[in-house]
Amino acid sequence: MTKKRREALAAYAFLAPDVLGLLAFVAVPMVLAFGVAFFKVDGFGNYQYVGLANYQLMGSDDQLWSSLKITAIYVVTFVPIAFVISFALAMLVRNHFRGIGWVRSAFFLPHVVSLVVVALIWQFLLVDKRGAISRLLSPLGLGDVSFLGTPSLALGTYVVISVWFVMGYQMLVLLAGLKDVPKELEDAAQIDGASTWQRFRYVIWPLMRPTSFFVVVNSTIGAVTGLQAFDLVFVLTKGGPARATSTVVLYIYEQAFTFNNMGYAAALTTVVVALLVACTGLMFAFTKGGRFDED
Amino acid sequence: MRTKFFFPLLAHVLASIAVAPLLWILISALKPAEDVFSFGWPSAWTLENLRYVLFKIPLPMFLMNSAIVSVVVTVVALFFHSMAAYALARLRFPGRGIIFSGIMSTLLVSLPVILVPLFLVAKQLNLLDSYAGLIVPSIFHAFGIFLLRQYYLNIPRELEEAADLDGCGYWRRYWSVILPLSRPVLASLSVLFFLANWNAFLWPLTITRNPDLRVIQLGISGMQGQYASAWNLILAAAVIAAIPTVVVFVAGQKRLVDAMKTTGLK
Repeated sequence: MTKKRREALAAYAFLAPDVLGLLAFVAVPMVLAFGVAFFKVDGFGNYQYVGLANYQLMGSDDQLWSSLKITAIYVVTFVPIAFVISFALAMLVRNHFRGIGWVRSAFFLPHVVSLVVVALIWQFLLVDKRGAISRLLSPLGLGDVSFLGTPSLALGTYVVISVWFVMGYQMLVLLAGLKDVPKELEDAAQIDGASTWQRFRYVIWPLMRPTSFFVVVNSTIGAVTGLQAFDLVFVLTKGGPARATSTVVLYIYEQAFTFNNMGYAAALTTVVVALLVACTGLMFAFTKGGRFDED
Repeated sequence: MRTKFFFPLLAHVLASIAVAPLLWILISALKPAEDVFSFGWPSAWTLENLRYVLFKIPLPMFLMNSAIVSVVVTVVALFFHSMAAYALARLRFPGRGIIFSGIMSTLLVSLPVILVPLFLVAKQLNLLDSYAGLIVPSIFHAFGIFLLRQYYLNIPRELEEAADLDGCGYWRRYWSVILPLSRPVLASLSVLFFLANWNAFLWPLTITRNPDLRVIQLGISGMQGQYASAWNLILAAAVIAAIPTVVVFVAGQKRLVDAMKTTGLK
């Protein structure tokens, strides 16, 4: 056997476990979703071909549209707020000062704790009237507000909790990007008389494009289909009150595992994937993939 | 300059606010039941809540299940990933480009997206309600392969060539040369993998019904219904579930940060 063939055979052997695993547990399920979407599948695993019926059903499914709308509102509020706060935090902890290690860890610590624990923590803090937050807000006359029990407030509460959960992670990623901004460029700008704001606007901001792009895309994907949109909601409000926090992934889960409509859930999955691909494409077009050049 | 003093102070204040909810929960878990909503220090510190959830609720079993799943997934995944990464970074073979992009493209797929079909696959493979069902699908993820491959690309060729001259086959080169050199990156990834699996909720929720297979996240979320208003107990259990993650984070902090930075940059 030639050396070349031996090398190739060895490579395939090394790759086999992961490639087979990824095929079986990621690629096949992904493709399968598109196939299953054409069937009615019950809880016992009986498949019945129904053509496009699952897709036709979506037109009159008000809960689907409401969950898509809720997800969209969540994304367009959470993503920018989280990005701005994380960027500000990254700027704040960019230069060395006493106790910086503790400060960075403190911001990251919420991200280490599971989303289930995060949900329980906030549920406790937000217990009506007796919770810490109600009591902190009662001097302002807001003590009686039920943040998770009022439909108009519940989603906003999720945005706040999610920001608290992700800001340390995003801060670290942005911080790594900031480390790559050459100090000489900033110094040169300063010598040329650029103000702090001008140095940020014309030196740091353009150079941070690739990292910012990564953070925003990642954060959007996380907000639409990430665990954040599921675990937190599932433990805290199960989509309530009055379905005000029913995200689209939670709705898909309910269709599949509460109502046993696996086929319909698969069809919904394909729609979400298409939306996500479109979203990422749009962001890519708008920011030119986060490349450095301005125009 | 005043700002030199102001910004670090602001950072300290904000950091304290950010961890306040975590500290609040820790303190509340150590309060007697009737004090749980009161402000400030407990009138008396008590370990009763922790003792109750550890001995009256099958919390140790949930912890054990999580430990088994997290450790097995981490070890097996790192082993498989490093093998695949070695082939992708160091060996030449037909189809390398296609296989690499194929693996990378799976990075776009997150669990909630494929949950329903993955459940159907797991059902076909008889993985429902079993340790295998909790473990096997969680092993395969392109992220680790990618990171390890990046690392292996930077190991000098000469090291492997020396082993080749000594008559080592590919396995020996991987096992005795590459693997020992990748300890730092394996350590970073093991922190990341352990945390992700210890904190997993959605997949265990989907694949298990049997209470004996319940992992810790399912266990504590289930307490909500069972002990609805016994917040002292729910908090005690939440604290116990969080302790391993905080310990792993503090111990592996530097490594975790290194791994994070690498992900952010690529």
